[in-house]
Amino acid sequence: MCDTCGCNLTPGNKHLAFKPVAKGATAVSVLKGLLAKNDDQAAHNREHFDRRGILAINLMSSPGSGKTALLEATLVALKNDFNCAVIEGDLETENDAERIRAKGVQAHQIVTGTACHLDAHLVHDALHHMNLDGVDILFIENVGNLVCPASFDLGQHLNVTLLSVTEGDDKPAKYPVMFRAADAMLLTKTDLLAVLDDFDPDKAEAHLRNLANPAPVMRLSARKDLGMDAWLTWLREQLAAQRARVAQGQSRRPAIQSDGMKYHSVTA
Amino acid sequence: MHELAVAQALVEQVDAVIAQHGATQASLIRVRIGPLAGVVPELLATAFPLAAAGSRMQHADLEFAHAPIRVRCQTCGAETEAAMNRLVCGACGDWHTQIISGDELLLESVELETSPTLAPNS
Repeated sequence: MCDTCGCNLTPGNKHLAFKPVAKGATAVSVLKGLLAKNDDQAAHNREHFDRRGILAINLMSSPGSGKTALLEATLVALKNDFNCAVIEGDLETENDAERIRAKGVQAHQIVTGTACHLDAHLVHDALHHMNLDGVDILFIENVGNLVCPASFDLGQHLNVTLLSVTEGDDKPAKYPVMFRAADAMLLTKTDLLAVLDDFDPDKAEAHLRNLANPAPVMRLSARKDLGMDAWLTWLREQLAAQRARVAQGQSRRPAIQSDGMKYHSVTA
Repeated sequence: MHELAVAQALVEQVDAVIAQHGATQASLIRVRIGPLAGVVPELLATAFPLAAAGSRMQHADLEFAHAPIRVRCQTCGAETEAAMNRLVCGACGDWHTQIISGDELLLESVELETSPTLAPNS
C-alpha cells in the first residue's frame, strides 16, 4: 500500500483527506493503522513462525480462568506427538513458566511489570531467548485481561479465548472486542457446572454468535479431563492446516484482523 | 488502560509524518476510532499529552472522527447499523455478518505547520 500517490483514498474517506487549511500549514492524509509499528513487528514474527512451520496460538482470558491449567494438560497430552513451546505473560513472577517447565516443556516468561497486555515487540524479544528448532506449536499465554490484549496483534495465527463457567455466561456480550477476536472459545472448568446454577453454556454460545463470530465453542475441564478430546483434535487440525498453508507459501492472521480496515484499504 | 501504549504509537507515527514532510510541528491530528477497536477515545485524549510532551506535536489538537458500527449481512445483503455486542443484521436478524465500519483504529490526517514565521502569533 502506498502513502504518497493517493491510491489509499476511497470515495468513503476522500472528503477527509483534502480540506482547506490556514496559510503556512498543510494537511497530510495518512490513513494508516494507529498500531502500524506493532503490526509490522507482528507480521515479522509471523514470518518467523511460517518459515519454521510453527503454529502460533495466543491464549486470552480473564485472570484465573484456567489458561495455565489448560496448557499443562494439553502439553502432557501432546507430549509424544508434537514439540511444543510456551511464552508466558504476567505482570510479575516466573510461576507460570515454572509450571510449564515442570511438564518438561520449554517456557519463557515475559514479566510485563505494569503493562496490561503483550505486544509484538515483547514477543519478538522473547523469541530470541528461545530455541525454536523443531517446535510444532508455540502457545503464547497472554496477560489475564479481557480488554487490552485483544487490540494487539502478536504474530499469532489463532486466538483462543477462554471463559470459565464461574465467570458468567454474558461475558461475550460484556467484552465484545475480546470475544469477536476469538478463533475458538473454550468454556473451561465445566466440572463445576453441576454446582453452579447460573451459567448456561448455550447462552454463552448465543452471545458469541451475536458478535457475528462463527468460532467453534468447546466445553472442557482440564483438571478433570472432560471434553479435552475435542480441543486436542481441533489443535491437530489447526496444525495440519498451518502446515498446508506453509507448503503453499500462505499464512493466516487471527480473527483480530479488522474487516473495516480492509474496506479502508489500509492493509500492510 | 492500554491507551498510553496507543498514544505512544500515535506520537511515533505523527513524528514520522512531520519528518517526512519537513514540517516544524503538527497542529491538528485527526484519528478515527471505531467502538470495536478496543480503544476509548476519551482515555486516548487523556494519555496523548503525556505521550506528546516535549515532542513536535505537544500543542496539537487531537480530533476524533466518528465511526459508527455498520454490518453487511451475508445472508440478505442488507447494510445496517449495529450495537457493539449485537452485530446481527438489522434487517433479517441473521448473525452471519461482516463489519464494514466500527472497528477502525486509524491515523487519518495530520495538519502540519510548514513555516513557523508565517504563524499569526510569531
